[in-house]
Amino acid sequence: MITTLSTTLGDLTLPTPVMTAAGCGGPELGRFVDLTTLGASVTRTITLDPLEGPASRRFAETPSGILTDLGMENPGLQAFLAVDLPELAKQQVRTIVSVAGHRLADYAEIARRAGGAPGVTGLEVCFLDEDPLAAARALSVVRRDAPPGVAVLAKLPMGPGLLDLARELSSCGADALVLGLPLMGLVVDPTTLAAFRGGLAGPATAPLALDAVWRVHELLPDVPLVGVGGIRSGSDALAMLAAGATAVQVGAAVLRDPTAAHRVQLELAALLDPRGLKPADVVGIAHRGGLT
Amino acid sequence: MSGAVQVQADVLTNKKVGAFQHLTLLAPGVAEGFRPGTLLAVTVGGPLSERQARRTLPIFRARASAYGGTVEVVFEPTEPGESWLAAVQPSTRLDVLGPLGRPFALPKEPVPCVLVGYDAAAAPLLALAEKLRERRCDVHMLLGAASEARVFGALDARRSATSVTVLTDDGSLGSTGSVLTVLPDVLVKRKAAVVYAAGPSKILHGVAVAAEQHGAWSQTAVSVPMPCGTGLCSACVVPVTGADGVVRRARACTDGPVFRGDRVCWEPVSA
Repeated sequence: MITTLSTTLGDLTLPTPVMTAAGCGGPELGRFVDLTTLGASVTRTITLDPLEGPASRRFAETPSGILTDLGMENPGLQAFLAVDLPELAKQQVRTIVSVAGHRLADYAEIARRAGGAPGVTGLEVCFLDEDPLAAARALSVVRRDAPPGVAVLAKLPMGPGLLDLARELSSCGADALVLGLPLMGLVVDPTTLAAFRGGLAGPATAPLALDAVWRVHELLPDVPLVGVGGIRSGSDALAMLAAGATAVQVGAAVLRDPTAAHRVQLELAALLDPRGLKPADVVGIAHRGGLT
Repeated sequence: MSGAVQVQADVLTNKKVGAFQHLTLLAPGVAEGFRPGTLLAVTVGGPLSERQARRTLPIFRARASAYGGTVEVVFEPTEPGESWLAAVQPSTRLDVLGPLGRPFALPKEPVPCVLVGYDAAAAPLLALAEKLRERRCDVHMLLGAASEARVFGALDARRSATSVTVLTDDGSLGSTGSVLTVLPDVLVKRKAAVVYAAGPSKILHGVAVAAEQHGAWSQTAVSVPMPCGTGLCSACVVPVTGADGVVRRARACTDGPVFRGDRVCWEPVSA
């Protein structure tokens, strides 16, 4: 059934359009679900140097969502390549490494070393900053220094500058734009009245992600997009494709169900197959009035 | 850590026990990998729930059987997700993951052990006591709580432990006082080699300090919110000193919940 799901993102061909979002498909899940059937699994975001996350609160549950602040905690490129990546390679998971940097030299080094590591299918560059020119320079450096054949994806913040940023990055050699990074949210503890701020993920974000995909696809119909935000089911994924995404990522849903990405993929196939449709047939179809 | 399964579990019984809730599930495959100290991660709110995080609870008991096997948890409903769980009717279906995490480490020799439990967190210590008795260890149990309704397992404990001491803050059951006040004397009197503890961080911290002063090992089961149970979300981290002396953020659901008490950096945890 899954054979019908083959998906092309720029120069990258994946067996299915369903991936796990950054940090949501680690080797921890291998005991509950076969990650090798997924389109790809995106790692947590790796920086050149190790980053330690906050010692204080990192998580809150909100209506139909979660707030997380992990401070981009990661072991740094060296330890990632030595420990985490071989584990994923052993499980034969198609791996896209999420990367972030501060200086252009960081991006260059990460692109070379992570992009060149065995078992790496692609790099997903995570841009926290909305400055289009700085992001474009960084993305160009990653494209230049990543080995040929390694896909480069750019994950964008979903703020008011989204369209400008998307337009700028679309001409920098990215195979796809990933929409997008979580918006920030806040909770206040009802007892202590202490605040906690973190990135909002989960079903609450689905309409926001759909709208981002919709607007960017309208502006740049030829640029492959990866939709991420609130996808829990095959029909959520199908909606994302119809809004203009070529592929999707499943994120927070794996908290509730570690098999979520796998299940989304099966459900998507079950929705497309009976109608004789392939994923590419429905990409952006909502812009053309839907199935007619 | 191995042997965890994801199953659709059916609620068999859901009873109030004092201030706590005792939930028994038909959950095939969980009991086989169960060791005292391991965890069960439960979804709450049903399939259409707006609550995205799991509630990861210590397993009280798990029994394999021909008809599938059961797993039991005891918890105090302190937030809406747990309150939902406290109200589920028999035959409700829950998606559960378990057993998860690192269990209490058992001594290789039959040595005197002291078990310190506080509130509902004491539940897994009963299964631990049985395991220790099987290994011919003397098991001395200290159960603490604010009041009688919050003491869990005092009767069951008498079956498996060599001795049981109950302490409540208000004296409504057992002696009046705190487990931490009497612990140093108990450790000396029982010649304890290992202290096992489950409860809030302040109690665990006190146990770890008392064990260290006495020269006993301590095994402490931390209770912090664990939103996924699989180790993926890293929201449940606790600062723990490694064998190399470096402090790392250890995930309670995967690297724990049981840690050596002398290895946990308690100040930020119990603050």
